[in-house]
Amino acid sequence: MTTEPEKKPKERIGVYVCHCGTNIAGIVDVADVATFAGEQLKESGVVISRDYKFMCSSLGQELIQKDIQEMGLTRVVVAACSPHLHENTFRTACKQADLNPYLCELVSIREQDSWVHTDKVAATEKAKAIVSGGVERVIHNEPLEPLHVPIHPATLVVGGGIAGIQATLEIADAGFPVYLVEREPSIGGHMAQFDKTFPTLDCSACILTPKMVTAGNHPNVKLYSYSEVEKVDGYVGNFTVTIRKKARCVIEKDCTGCGICQEKCPKKVIDDVYEAGLGYRKAVYTPFPQAVPKYPVIDKVNCTYFQKGTCKACEKFCPTNAIDFTQEDEIITVQVGNIILATGYDLFDARRISQYGYGRLANVYTNLEFERLTNAAGPTNGNIVLRDGMTVPKTVGIVHCVGSRDRNYNNYCSAICCMQSLKFAHLVKERTGATVYQFYIDMRTAYKDYDEFYQRILEEGTLFVRGKVAEVTDAARLPGEEGKLIVQVEDTLVGKQRRIPVDMVILSAGLEPRYDSKEVAHLFGISCSANGWFIERHPKLDPVATMTEGIFIVGCVQGPKDIPASVAQGAAAAARVLGRIQQKEIALEPVRASINQDTCSGCRICNNLCPYNAILFHEDRMVSEVNPALCQGCGTCVAACPAGAISGTVFSNEQIFAQIEGLLMVNFEHVAVAAQG
Amino acid sequence: MAENFEPVIIGFTCNWCSYRAADLAGTARVKYPPNIRLIRMMCSGRLDPAFVMKAFANGADGVMITGCHPGECHYLEQNYKALRRYLLLRRTLAQMGIEPGRMKLVWASAAEGVRLADEITKMVEEVRELGPLHWPTLKSGNGHLVALESKPEEVKA
Repeated sequence: MTTEPEKKPKERIGVYVCHCGTNIAGIVDVADVATFAGEQLKESGVVISRDYKFMCSSLGQELIQKDIQEMGLTRVVVAACSPHLHENTFRTACKQADLNPYLCELVSIREQDSWVHTDKVAATEKAKAIVSGGVERVIHNEPLEPLHVPIHPATLVVGGGIAGIQATLEIADAGFPVYLVEREPSIGGHMAQFDKTFPTLDCSACILTPKMVTAGNHPNVKLYSYSEVEKVDGYVGNFTVTIRKKARCVIEKDCTGCGICQEKCPKKVIDDVYEAGLGYRKAVYTPFPQAVPKYPVIDKVNCTYFQKGTCKACEKFCPTNAIDFTQEDEIITVQVGNIILATGYDLFDARRISQYGYGRLANVYTNLEFERLTNAAGPTNGNIVLRDGMTVPKTVGIVHCVGSRDRNYNNYCSAICCMQSLKFAHLVKERTGATVYQFYIDMRTAYKDYDEFYQRILEEGTLFVRGKVAEVTDAARLPGEEGKLIVQVEDTLVGKQRRIPVDMVILSAGLEPRYDSKEVAHLFGISCSANGWFIERHPKLDPVATMTEGIFIVGCVQGPKDIPASVAQGAAAAARVLGRIQQKEIALEPVRASINQDTCSGCRICNNLCPYNAILFHEDRMVSEVNPALCQGCGTCVAACPAGAISGTVFSNEQIFAQIEGLLMVNFEHVAVAAQG
Repeated sequence: MAENFEPVIIGFTCNWCSYRAADLAGTARVKYPPNIRLIRMMCSGRLDPAFVMKAFANGADGVMITGCHPGECHYLEQNYKALRRYLLLRRTLAQMGIEPGRMKLVWASAAEGVRLADEITKMVEEVRELGPLHWPTLKSGNGHLVALESKPEEVKA
């Protein structure tokens, strides 16, 4: 039921309209809005209405606190920015002045008004309506206490690349348990595939593998490799995570990692993951010699025994009888308080740009293939050769921005390609002495020591051609082009088309979200941007948290970034999680449903609506009851109850009805005239 | 009069997706007409059909219901419940003589600020075409004092 407007207002309401510098005041006549609230909303209980330059400043907050104490305000409405930005600020201010924080309402006249409208008169009218909606609503706000939820000290980290490893180690070193889940047989991620890292040219494995080993052996880390998260239940502080540990067909406690099974396995398989399709592995394998954990896995799709029923060579030769063909997937359930997602990126599929010839022209490589080619542990032992396996290239062309900064594919910059391409140029020069061309749109070498590296590559004599490559072809037209790959490019600095014959082309393919990023986002209850990267809580001020409490994102899941940035994010998220664990509990919005036991008719309509099974039915009394520990506060049951017996805090029927009334109080005809004028 | 008509639309938004889309539209300074006034809820599943009735009764010319895309609900599947209610409510409104175009369901993820702004712009134009809603018992534009308390209850039962 809605409430009748009362003759004598029962609340003393203060209204505060923020200028936000010119952000709001530039479009909305804030003084007019404040006057409107003070004069027109008197009947609803507004006793004071002010406008102020920056309400969120300490002076602005003091203004509210002073009024609460001196004027005895019982409700506060702040008209400023989105509640997602400053709701907490103003609630805290009220709390400090001994007003229950939930009696303060922040209404948005910036994101939803001044920033999206251009007509000043209409925007001011809308601001008045929004303020009026807030005033009517706040009357029905109830004093509430935040829900205090204990934080389970364990943390789940999903993805064992460098970002995930860093986060894992930071938390484990602080003395708290971590479950590290990795989809592949070994942790290490993309970084384990690289040979050198820019700009220092550190050996990638040399700096990564110690961290991998530490993570694998750490007493506080439980590593689940070759495993995937299947289900996530619960909420911050108390998630129940179901992990599928895929059958390795190797008994971990017996396996010594000696590698005899891999030696004896007769089945060779092209390694699409670790070797990027350039090399082979066996059907029983560890992706690379330094793999953590050291136990191999049997790839059932390619294993002769699983396909044809005979072979078992690995079993015969295993010195510790650690092979078990009957092993089945294991389902593990763990309790954690926080979750860090570090699931990384996929490489842009260069085949999609058919004019660059990848997959059609043998000597066109992707960046990941080239990483393997230069890696001493790679298929060519680090020799840079063409696909024939012996010819050393004399000229190499490196194409930037493949699938990045291109409206046909991805608009964004993949952030790592410029530096990576410069690194490639250096490695090619160093190992083959070949002439190297860089085909770039813009050189982007921000961050520490990056531009110095660019200068170094310039001095080494790499040739830079500014222009987007139109085509890579093997159709020779001019003398000297026979048997070569010809890069057709417009040199925008010279202003003419060029055809540059080379022996090898490396495509700097961009980074893309994982193919299953949407499903992963849904599994953990977070959002993806239109591109598929996970959305952080705030793009500048909160880059590792998400809108879902207790879920953090680090590394390339949040957007393309290089190793230093991924490590920084991993550590940052760990710091956030550790803070939570140290606090031992977290305060949550008390948005919960409850059922009035006297008016519940026992129809059980609500029972099936709850996705969390939070509603129990008492057979004896024939009434339903909400378990507040399970309720997440969506409010679906509140809306569905035919008897109106369910109420939801913070978003009650009374509050929403009143807000509708308030929003529609402002005279429409005034708007019409204003818009016309 | 008709050409001066500025419709007022009440928009119900989900805290996790469409409200954030509206915030994003703001941050990105995407422009749309000022005719819409938004109400935040935790989920589109919170939408009580009585809210829509209440908005029309109090003088709104249109109601926009927004939520997460199917399959992307923050509360697993509650947007489907909103969808069911919307479909039923559309028939009820038609029986009450309210044009179906006055109520619209829009899915908008937290990343779709531009899409939400486009949908709002479109709906404002559509409702402008329909003209003011003459709810039978509504006398003036100021709906604050108009008592229609029995109507929402009838819908619920």
